[in-house]
Amino acid sequence: MTLALDAPRLVQTQPLMVLSGVSKRYGPVVALDDVSAEVYPGEVLGIVGESGSGKSTFLRMMNLEELPDAGTYTLDLPDTPGNLFELDRFARRMLCATRIGIVYQNPHQGLLMRNSSSGNVAERLLIAGERRFAVLREKAGDALAASEFPLDRMDAPPIELSGGMQQRVQLAKAIALEPAVLLLDEPTTGLDVSVQALVLDTLKRLQRDRRITMVIVSHDLGVIRTMADRVMVMRRGQVVEQGLSDQIFQDPQHAYTQQLVHAKL
Amino acid sequence: MTPILTVDTLTKTFRMHHLDQTLHAFEGLSFTLAPGEFLLLSGPNGVGKSTLLRTLYRSYRAQAGHIWYEAPEGRIDLASAADIDIALLRRREIGFVTQFLTARPRVAAEEIVAEPLRLAGTAHQEALTEARRWLAAFGVKEDLWRAYPTTFSGGEQQKVNLARALILPQRLLLLDEPTASLDKNARAALVARLAELKASGVAMIGVFHHPGDVAHLIDREIPLAPKEVAHVAE
Repeated sequence: MTLALDAPRLVQTQPLMVLSGVSKRYGPVVALDDVSAEVYPGEVLGIVGESGSGKSTFLRMMNLEELPDAGTYTLDLPDTPGNLFELDRFARRMLCATRIGIVYQNPHQGLLMRNSSSGNVAERLLIAGERRFAVLREKAGDALAASEFPLDRMDAPPIELSGGMQQRVQLAKAIALEPAVLLLDEPTTGLDVSVQALVLDTLKRLQRDRRITMVIVSHDLGVIRTMADRVMVMRRGQVVEQGLSDQIFQDPQHAYTQQLVHAKL
Repeated sequence: MTPILTVDTLTKTFRMHHLDQTLHAFEGLSFTLAPGEFLLLSGPNGVGKSTLLRTLYRSYRAQAGHIWYEAPEGRIDLASAADIDIALLRRREIGFVTQFLTARPRVAAEEIVAEPLRLAGTAHQEALTEARRWLAAFGVKEDLWRAYPTTFSGGEQQKVNLARALILPQRLLLLDEPTASLDKNARAALVARLAELKASGVAMIGVFHHPGDVAHLIDREIPLAPKEVAHVAE
């Protein structure tokens, strides 16, 4: 369907994140083929697709961990002008440490497993320049409490914690500096169902109370359905369909999305 | 009065790729709805009544035609508007009431009901007070307010759902059998609330299992006929 050109746009705010024409090849493999996305302040964008669809690669681009062969990325924040992919390495690292939070599927990727949990969280605050021990400890405690982590275990190293608790430490680290956007890469994959529900509940609560903008990648449609306002469906490095969450699940248009949704229900 | 909704030659089909088949729900449907008007959709099962409501709400995507909606900012086509605008309208002024609750694990009934108010910016305590008022109005017992509705009976879940759907004043309400499986008292509470909303200018279009419940509210009826609307092609 075409958009009527004279129709008013109701939402006047600018998107917080705009990625445009992002492409990436690994040798002969096309991981991302001209992928674009807009994320508005306070919304949750879900990205679904099978393994190898490019969804996690796209999330790593959002976290500036990897650079594309082509494409642009802007964040509508003060002091972050222009295409973020063109920033130098130090500026990229600083930006993603202070303004972008990420939770990985594998806690080993996001945490130092033998340092204390509170120390893992405080690392973010140190990068932002906080040096006072009492403040570091208090703020790390606040972030852990917001992630519903039991504070009597805050000095335990993640290696001694359960999978669900490790994810809460990652989450606390990700939100310690109140990031503009929280990226979640299969945050509950591998957790058992009851623990998964608790972690999702914490995320929902954070989203409701703090209106944190989130991008969540998962192959689990149930997780996406619970969390996301809008959904992007990826396949072989391309976006095959996107829409409001209920529309994608109730009236999928593309053959691949129909296959995914039918496999779930 | 300027209609709040002008449905213009709306067509909804379902393309079922795995069967290589297209199901035609309705074709070329046109009607208008004015503020404060109550429109009943009628017709046998499977005729496309719920499909039409979901298409108006954009849970389903229309294949052709327009759904002109008179927003405060101007006229917008719900069939083709940006997702982000539809999301805003749903938060602000277009409600969908069904008999089914999408309960989230570990969220208390009163929090579920209060959520639309909280998303609209109301303070937590104030939103909870209002939520409790509506739970009481629909006859949900007080000892269930803090409980998780995932384990409630169908009827109790539906009451939570109605309280949530009707807590915010809307401009347009889509009603998909909201009275089905409700007991007498809850049904009376719902009908009273709908009458109140209608009097305040809310436009409503709905499907009712027992239209007699709302007979005194109905202004017009749109009969959907199976011969015109449901046939499988290709």
